[in-house]
Amino acid sequence: MHWFSRPASDTQITHGQRLWLYILAAIIMVLLVAPTLIVVPMSFSASQYLEFPPQEWSLRWYESYFSSTAWMQATKTSLTAGVLTMLMATPLGVAAAYGLHVSLHPWARGIFVLLITPMMIPVILIAIGAFYAYVQIGLVNSLFGLVIAHSILALPLVLIVVSAGLKSFDMNQEAAARSLGASRLTAFLTVNLPQIRFSVITAAVLSFLTSFDEVIIAMFVSGGQNSTLTRNMFNALRDQIDPTIAAISTIMIVVSSGALLLAQVFGKSKN
Amino acid sequence: MHHSTALPISISAVTKAYGAVHALKGVSLDIQAGEFMTLLGPSGSGKTTLLMAIAGFTRPDSGSIRFGDQEAILSPPHKRGVGMVFQNYALFPHMNVARNVAYPLKLRKVAKAEVDAMVAEALETVQLAGYGDRAISQLSGGQKQRVALARAIVFKPRILLMDEPLSALDKKLREHMQIELRHLHEKLGMTTVYVTHDQREALTMADRIAVINHGSLQQVDTPRKIYESPANRFVADFIGESSILPVVRDGNTIRFDGNALKTVTAPPDGPLALMIRPERLAFVTDASRDEVNTFAGNVLELVYQGDSALCYIELSNGTTVALRANTHAGGPLDSIVEGASVTLGLHVADTVLIPAGRDA
Ligand SMILES: Nc1ncnc2c1ncn2[C@@H]1O[C@H](COP(=O)(O)OP(=O)(O)OP(=O)(O)O)[C@@H](O)[C@H]1O
Ligand SMILES: [Mg+2]
Repeated sequence: MHWFSRPASDTQITHGQRLWLYILAAIIMVLLVAPTLIVVPMSFSASQYLEFPPQEWSLRWYESYFSSTAWMQATKTSLTAGVLTMLMATPLGVAAAYGLHVSLHPWARGIFVLLITPMMIPVILIAIGAFYAYVQIGLVNSLFGLVIAHSILALPLVLIVVSAGLKSFDMNQEAAARSLGASRLTAFLTVNLPQIRFSVITAAVLSFLTSFDEVIIAMFVSGGQNSTLTRNMFNALRDQIDPTIAAISTIMIVVSSGALLLAQVFGKSKN
Repeated sequence: MHHSTALPISISAVTKAYGAVHALKGVSLDIQAGEFMTLLGPSGSGKTTLLMAIAGFTRPDSGSIRFGDQEAILSPPHKRGVGMVFQNYALFPHMNVARNVAYPLKLRKVAKAEVDAMVAEALETVQLAGYGDRAISQLSGGQKQRVALARAIVFKPRILLMDEPLSALDKKLREHMQIELRHLHEKLGMTTVYVTHDQREALTMADRIAVINHGSLQQVDTPRKIYESPANRFVADFIGESSILPVVRDGNTIRFDGNALKTVTAPPDGPLALMIRPERLAFVTDASRDEVNTFAGNVLELVYQGDSALCYIELSNGTTVALRANTHAGGPLDSIVEGASVTLGLHVADTVLIPAGRDA
């Protein structure tokens, strides 16, 4: 009971009085995470069907995944698209965020809103639009087309995250660097960028994940050799319930959380 | 580290408007090579705008800014070779002290060994020898100030600009740094433009002061001239304390309360006012000395301030004037009380007539 009556923070409220809050928070966390994590035990089941809890354990579905050329090809496509989306959206978004941040132009605000619209309109509309546009110019089922469409989705995230980072950056430092002899670009690379690196790394990881997790656009504009992992999972679930999906989902959870974890580590360390 | 080639700055007819706000209204100012020029003016008067125009961060709408015989107005900040100290220091927190100071040298591709020597020398100049390895976050305000200064002088710029560099420091440290900056300027000799809105700081530090208000220069002069013969009412009001009293002009005779005022020089043309600095006014007993103008009045109020006392005196024509009296024993305070009838004396050399209008 010792812990119970100790103050929880600088205020006089004790852990005991906070107990209801802890329980509520725990319930919400479980509700948020449980549906995702339920696939993890299912992926280690030996059963033919998706079952929970598993009667018997095995790694057969991981084996089935790693030995399938179709799944491997899709994985390669997804990873490639993710990395390329990151490499496209991050520099563009950082440049846009910086430009809009320093601009005194009356339209700057409007351009910012315009650039983040892909986040506000339903993805399916972007997918349909991209599909019809790609049919005209022959980009359907191409990796390049997929990367462009995913970059459109990722750009708003980069813009918002990096703009927020720039807001807390003291622009006088850039002016100081320039007065000391640095061109604008050199000043940005040596003074601004190192200090907003956490925002930029976070934005890069989010861009990667935007593409890696995306299914709707992939359904419309990817296919054949360039089918993504998510697209194939969706199709596989429609045809038959195959526990390989659970194994793939587990791997995707690991990749996604791993990427976010990496962003935390890289962003915070080394000062 | 002496700058034998300090550059003069010649600013002519520079204007800058932000929408409807005219931040600079045709400023012309010649700054001598090696001079310590202070820009002094109230908030919003255009000091920073003018400094930023010299540094290249603000593009004037018209006018010319020359460094020596080179027109600078179109060259970008990084090509101007001007050292600059910002109000909030603008040190790079992701670099330690030595790397901050080395930054301008690395951009100039100075060899490594030379960089180290120059950084050490600059840190020594600002009395921070041995602080190279410190993180910026481990420095006090005064130390940050010095690092910013070291970084601005390490590449031996021929012009140094400072925008209220001491305003974040407490009073004691500020006064100490004022003297240090002065000494540093004497030692390095670069042309310096220093912005402040603190009149005492300007008087202490400058070779010359340029007083600016609403985007126009009011007076450019030595501290003593600015204080003792202000060009107009704004300068008289803004710098130091003063009482400004109405006078009547009668040809070349200037009358105050019916009596002709004795002055050292012939009065300037136009409507005039009499400016009296409180510390230049004294209680007198003998009213007939030639070199003194005298006034009769009654003590309205006495404000004791420790090192001195401020007496407000109502003169016989109804105007009020302030007098600063010494507080030492045996001084005027022994006999002066509120309500007493007194005679005030003002030396003719301290009898200053200024144009009566508000601005130049
Ligand atoms: N970027 C800007 N946009 C719009 N108006 C501006 C801008 N910069 C300055 N101004 C205006 O120009 C005028 C002069 O500003 P400036 O910063 O030069 O004043 P200052 O003398 O440095 O004042 P302070 O002592 O407060 O720093 C002010 O009226 C200010 O509002
Ligand atoms: Mg200013």
